[in-house]
Amino acid sequence: MTANGWFQIGFYLLVIFLLTKPVGIFMTRVFNRKKTFLDPVLRPIERIIYRLTGVDENHEMRWTEYAIAMLLFSGVSMALLYLLERTQKWLPFNRQEFPNVEPGLAFGTAASFTTNTNWQAYSGESTMSYLTQMAGLAYHNFASAAVGIVLAIVVIRGIARKETDHLGNFWVDTTRCLLWVLLPVCLVGSLVFVSQGVVQNLKPYTTVQLIEPQSVQVTGADGKTTTQTVTQQVIAQGPVASQEVIKEFGTNGGGFFGANSAHPFENPTPLSNFVQLVLIFAIPSGLTYTLGRMTGSQRHGWAVWTAMTFLFLIGVATAYWAEARGNPMLAGVDQNPSAMHSGGNMEGKEVRFGIANSALFATVTTDASCGAVNSQHDSFTPLGGMVPLINIMLGEVVFGGVGAGLYGIVVFVILAVFIAGLMVGRTPEYLGKKIESYDVKMAMLAILILTFTILVFSAVAIVKPFGTSSISNPGPHGLSQVLYAYVSSTGNNGSAFGGLGVNTMWYNTSTAVAQLLGRFFMIIPVLAIAGSLAKKKTVPESAGTFPVDGGLFASLLVSTILIVGALTFFPALSLGPILEHLLMSAGKAF
Amino acid sequence: MDPVAQVRKQSLADTKILSRAVTDSFLKLAPRTMVKNPVMFVVEVGAVLTTVQLVWNAFHHAGQISFGLQITLWLWFTVLFANFAEAMAEGRGKAQADTLRKARAETEAHLLTCDNKIKTVPSSKLRAGDIVVVAAGEFIPGDGEVIEGVASVDESAITGESAPVIRESGGDRSAVTGGTRVLSDEIKVRITSNPGETFLDRMIKLVEGASRQKTPNEIALNILLAGLTIIFLLAVVTLQPFAIYSGAPQGIFVLVSLLVCLIPTTIGGLLSAVGIAGMDRMIQRNVIAMSGRAVEASGDVDVLLLDKTGTITLGNRAATQFFPAPGIEERHLADAAQLSSLADETPEGRSIVVLAKERYNLRGRDLSMHTANFVPFSAQTRMSGVDLDGREVRKGALEAIERLCGNRGHRIPAELQICVREISNAGGTPLLVAENGRVLGAIALTDIVKGGMKERFEHLRAMGIRTMMITGDNPLTAAAIARQAGVDDFLAEAKPEDKMALIKREQAKGKLVAMTGDGTNDAPALAQADVGVAMNTGTQAAKEAGNMVDLDSNPTKLIEIVEIGKQLLITRGALTTFSVANDVAKYFAIIPAMFAAAFPQLEALNIMRLRTPESAILSAVIFNALIIIALIPLALRGVRYRPVGAALLLSRNLLLYGVGGVIAPFIGIKLIDMVLTYLRFV
Repeated sequence: MTANGWFQIGFYLLVIFLLTKPVGIFMTRVFNRKKTFLDPVLRPIERIIYRLTGVDENHEMRWTEYAIAMLLFSGVSMALLYLLERTQKWLPFNRQEFPNVEPGLAFGTAASFTTNTNWQAYSGESTMSYLTQMAGLAYHNFASAAVGIVLAIVVIRGIARKETDHLGNFWVDTTRCLLWVLLPVCLVGSLVFVSQGVVQNLKPYTTVQLIEPQSVQVTGADGKTTTQTVTQQVIAQGPVASQEVIKEFGTNGGGFFGANSAHPFENPTPLSNFVQLVLIFAIPSGLTYTLGRMTGSQRHGWAVWTAMTFLFLIGVATAYWAEARGNPMLAGVDQNPSAMHSGGNMEGKEVRFGIANSALFATVTTDASCGAVNSQHDSFTPLGGMVPLINIMLGEVVFGGVGAGLYGIVVFVILAVFIAGLMVGRTPEYLGKKIESYDVKMAMLAILILTFTILVFSAVAIVKPFGTSSISNPGPHGLSQVLYAYVSSTGNNGSAFGGLGVNTMWYNTSTAVAQLLGRFFMIIPVLAIAGSLAKKKTVPESAGTFPVDGGLFASLLVSTILIVGALTFFPALSLGPILEHLLMSAGKAF
Repeated sequence: MDPVAQVRKQSLADTKILSRAVTDSFLKLAPRTMVKNPVMFVVEVGAVLTTVQLVWNAFHHAGQISFGLQITLWLWFTVLFANFAEAMAEGRGKAQADTLRKARAETEAHLLTCDNKIKTVPSSKLRAGDIVVVAAGEFIPGDGEVIEGVASVDESAITGESAPVIRESGGDRSAVTGGTRVLSDEIKVRITSNPGETFLDRMIKLVEGASRQKTPNEIALNILLAGLTIIFLLAVVTLQPFAIYSGAPQGIFVLVSLLVCLIPTTIGGLLSAVGIAGMDRMIQRNVIAMSGRAVEASGDVDVLLLDKTGTITLGNRAATQFFPAPGIEERHLADAAQLSSLADETPEGRSIVVLAKERYNLRGRDLSMHTANFVPFSAQTRMSGVDLDGREVRKGALEAIERLCGNRGHRIPAELQICVREISNAGGTPLLVAENGRVLGAIALTDIVKGGMKERFEHLRAMGIRTMMITGDNPLTAAAIARQAGVDDFLAEAKPEDKMALIKREQAKGKLVAMTGDGTNDAPALAQADVGVAMNTGTQAAKEAGNMVDLDSNPTKLIEIVEIGKQLLITRGALTTFSVANDVAKYFAIIPAMFAAAFPQLEALNIMRLRTPESAILSAVIFNALIIIALIPLALRGVRYRPVGAALLLSRNLLLYGVGGVIAPFIGIKLIDMVLTYLRFV
């Protein structure tokens, strides 16, 4: 670890801290339908949209109506993407003349982008036409992000409002989120990325002669190894910059190219890398401020932020330490950083990012349910690779996905308040709302669905040939690969550990089901909580009220998240990365 | 000693209760009973599984007999210990119910028939509306209302208070309870309850726990515990495939042990005991809660409505000071004041005599030799006094005395007028004393705030509870007393309907309101309040309307009730936190033990350095069982409640039960492991 590395991590956190308040205030104004500086431009567009679609912008929905609207929107969007993938061959902007996407992969991809997971069992540059990328995948990057954000807003409204059924209008919230929050940043951001060298064109791929021909060993179908000389390279291109900003800003993570943010056309410079990192945390961090603002308890918003930051720091410190430490099995190799090399475990990492920015990116992308990667998590050391795994297992509540992180942590807040709240001698209250059996039931349901999906799918895959045949490394590392696939799918993260061959019927289907369960079966109980909280009276605060601000609450929240997460997944982790780490220390690798 | 007091004195370790609890804990093993408690039901199913496996192993000589036997036994103990905790909590109630049943013993009733004849019938035949005659020495055959006569009644069978109370027809002292005894005189009672529905019957059901329903918080907690149990069930069931993949499949004994250690058995086993014990603590304080819900609600109370008279202040106003007019000696004033009050039988009048005696040793004089003419208070003059040996002494309100003096051409000195105003401002009532038309000075009559009230209200404030004083006084007086007593707010010039409106107003703000009351006109407000405590001396209507009855009829009991409610909730929260925190250590005991054979490197996780895998697993299971027994006293007694702010309370309890809950099992499991190794059990 170097001072420079720590400085970059610290500087990143400072920027996120400084952004939290302005982003939070802006979103509060947008969703409270207050005036913003963008109104002169956007308000007319908004009105036209409502007139064309027949939306009554003053109609407020109950939680059930909101849920149905959200499910309809997501369902229709998903079907459209599936159709687009299945017919891209006959549609325009297919410069490489790609065939239609296979049904299994098309379904998996449609589910994955609808759920904000962006799990990719394909490489974009060899599978998807430009039209599918732009109108299908990029559209979902916006839509699924907006759905996540508005759901968080509904939950906040549920806490803030009292004795009402009204939680807002799904169509209005989503439209405003797209117009005010997502689009403006993406317009500006893509220009910033273009300035750094991210490509943006609709050209066919370019074939170039290699300056230095490469010899590669190829194993043929007959099992014989032959040496081939490669003299040409195909350079994939496309409308990348326009898709890159929303990939991070909407915590989607689906790369234009298979290599995602490790690809030089997606993430060419350390500066673009920094901007990507900032974009990932910007909304989730800002939403904690919105939570405080809308509920009238700014200190609570900051307490949640502090709890998240604490968990983020543990993760990044562990990952950075584990990766910078290098590989103990390479005894005798110089793994200390020097002027000549970055030291540590550089396998699967880009030289332009180095250890610190790779560890930071891996932590951030899994804290948030982004899933963009600038390095190969599979190649991390066992403990370094366990950090992304645990981050997702904790429910991606460390800032988390746009909106999803906030409503996820509210579930944990409710549990923390309920368990410890009794200890102040009152029925537990969360910002004046009594936490009763219905709320506890829904919170437990949300957590149970995540646990069930991850553990049951992993357990089936790990003992059945259709699951184990995709594993590239045997032993505990194989278990980590399978666990990561379902953790990432269920948590709607979408990052891949790599190493696991996931474009199979079983993995395409099971991960898609896991994604849908993890998204919508989490959302419905959460919306039910919002509906239930909104109906309640608000009990005024007194000296006997459970404090949901300050360090005590933040540490209680951290403990609840860690204990629930750790207790659920410790057995699985102990046979996966922990065992792998101990075996590696003993000199055994897989 | 009367039966109730006897029960109250029973300690936790009473042998009779203990032996009954042991029997009950076996009876409760019936699956139909167990299934009501999902956590412990899972443990029981686990114990059955290991028993089957043990028998199979024994017949097939499959080994692991000693280990399997010990695990199986301790799993059964775990279930039994939890049952025992519940049985112990119920035991006290059952014992109390037995003694109450004796009080309900069949008595004869003298039924007054339509033709005004008296017919002797058994008390169990009485219906609501019947009229009975009860003479001195007889038991009152059922709950009812005195419609004729007045009697002193021994109610110790219900209240434990041996001093007799007066019951009379009309007014707020008319309710009588079946099973109590008339000591003197004869009364006619209209029976108000049917057989099996009497106060005593209800009380028996309550203390026995027969009518116990789960309270809202308990239901929510049960859902949480059931949810955690399913999560751990998933974690353990899916661990087997992971273990098979890793080449280290596990046996039934180990998997069941892991499951039982992880699910929240500590709170699961003690939860109902905590609830029952909470009710029991109320009974020990002589409060009968009509439901567990009411006990729980009392912990949530935000506003306490307290009547001024009798609750915050001693019953009546009393003279506290003499303020002589300029040029008048205080002794002279005191003498005149005493004279004017000698015939005044009101409590205020008597308090003046007492004060004069205290201050100047002025004794009551024998006035028979004098020609004393006492002038009683009248609405026209609004004065009272005495004409004695040419002295015409009068006392009365400012306006009355002012008029009297004005008629004689005297004026009230300005200093005295200021003094009078100050007395009023301070919440007192000024009385002026005049002799022969000349004012002598003022007497201050003030409310005496009961001792220690200010501290109690401070405690309540620290708990986050607002106290509100209800009084018929004018706002000025009310404000002064409120300040003196340290209550947060007051409602002055209150009529009964104002009380009701106030409760509704507070409830609309989302607050929970508690109040006490005894009169029939309190009944609607008692019913409206979230916690309504009726005084046992009160009317039947009040007792029906409230959700608690205080047998001591002590209005300040409300404060204790709130504390008991809070204690109940804290105990549940503390045990839940402790139970969940315990799991961390158990993982560190069991996981390395499970896989140590296949992967010796995992020994690194065995941070407790437990001797062998068997002893590690067994130690965790034994700790898990013993902790239930160890915490029974805490569950029954309740976690101590300190009236400090929520933040302080939370940090203290989190430290004790959260952090303590993480650390304690590390030590406990290690100790058990050492003992097991020493005894060569493993």
